[in-house]
Amino acid sequence: MSAVIIYTAVAIAQFMLVVAMAIAAVRMFRGPRAQDRIIGLDTIYINAMLLLVTFGIGTGRMIYFEAASVIGLLGFVSTVALAKFLMRGEVIE
Amino acid sequence: MIYPASDLSLPIALAVAFFLLLGAALALIGAIGFLRLPTFYERLHAPALGTSWGIGGIMLASMIYFTAASSSLVVHEILIGTFVTFTTPITFMLLARAALHRDRTARSHGVPRKYPIGPEERPRKDDDPQAS
Amino acid sequence: MLPYPILTVSLILMWLLLSGFTLGQLVMGSLVAVFASWAMASLRPDKPKLKKWWLLPKLFFIVLFDIILSNIAVAMLIIRGRKKGRKAGFLTIPLELKDRTALALLAVILTSTPGSVWLEYDSYDGSILMHVLDLEEEEQWVATIKNRYEKLLMEIFA
Repeated sequence: MSAVIIYTAVAIAQFMLVVAMAIAAVRMFRGPRAQDRIIGLDTIYINAMLLLVTFGIGTGRMIYFEAASVIGLLGFVSTVALAKFLMRGEVIE
Repeated sequence: MIYPASDLSLPIALAVAFFLLLGAALALIGAIGFLRLPTFYERLHAPALGTSWGIGGIMLASMIYFTAASSSLVVHEILIGTFVTFTTPITFMLLARAALHRDRTARSHGVPRKYPIGPEERPRKDDDPQAS
Repeated sequence: MLPYPILTVSLILMWLLLSGFTLGQLVMGSLVAVFASWAMASLRPDKPKLKKWWLLPKLFFIVLFDIILSNIAVAMLIIRGRKKGRKAGFLTIPLELKDRTALALLAVILTSTPGSVWLEYDSYDGSILMHVLDLEEEEQWVATIKNRYEKLLMEIFA
């Protein structure tokens, strides 16, 4: 019984997160300006991280947690670099 | 190590499902708002839904699940949670400031110009250490 | 010996959370944390002056509560659409807070709450520029931020 509940919830949550990623991707392609695309990329990163954690719950393995933390770190660094580029036209001044 | 879901008790399974669905629903609502809101500065608010309680809900679900399934305290999801709550404001602030800078140099309407005069033309205060 | 005790303790905690609570990992993590805090000291950042640190949990719970409330408010706004007569807008708030750490903390609090984004701080007249999703009355927002967060932050970082 409890396994059914958890697997259903994991499936629904994964579906919602994938839809959220698709919506963010639509905004990333539509623009209209560069800052919208960067936030779209950041939202995709965050949702991918959440998706990995839900995979971890669904399969019962803790290893997905490490992948999720790496994605979180990389998303932060890349978004900051892109924002810096927008502000100054250079990443490292 | 695989921790199967079948040997969990019913209330714990319900709690895990609740927090999981709450987090995923908030992330989805944030993405929908990100698509629907009209201007950039309004769109900036929507992903904050996913990064505050969206992450909080899913991390809570993961903590409850692994703590119950492995019958030992698993709290390392807190690390991702605190990390993300402290880093997403930084990215949002940087992006918002970049957008302000771009809008001001493009002289578009509806963006406040903070200073009637440029910062270099202001009266210098001698005791101000930052106005060097 | 230990220039930044809070940083050292949180680094040890992070090490233990990532690699498991054993004695060997504690020794290893303490070594890494001590060397990391010495490296931080050689960078010489501003040292935060925490005067009443026991008020920090109170601030934490206030912020947690407010984030829950504003999550609900923003989610409702996105699902149902905006109420008549409400609009988003920019907001300038004069602050008396001067401490840099406190300002950074206030920026993180305001931005991680859905519905309000900190845009920039002007150190000349000590005012901040914010963007608010649901701008009902300007005075109300200013009063909320000044009474709810700024007072507490000024008490903590005196």
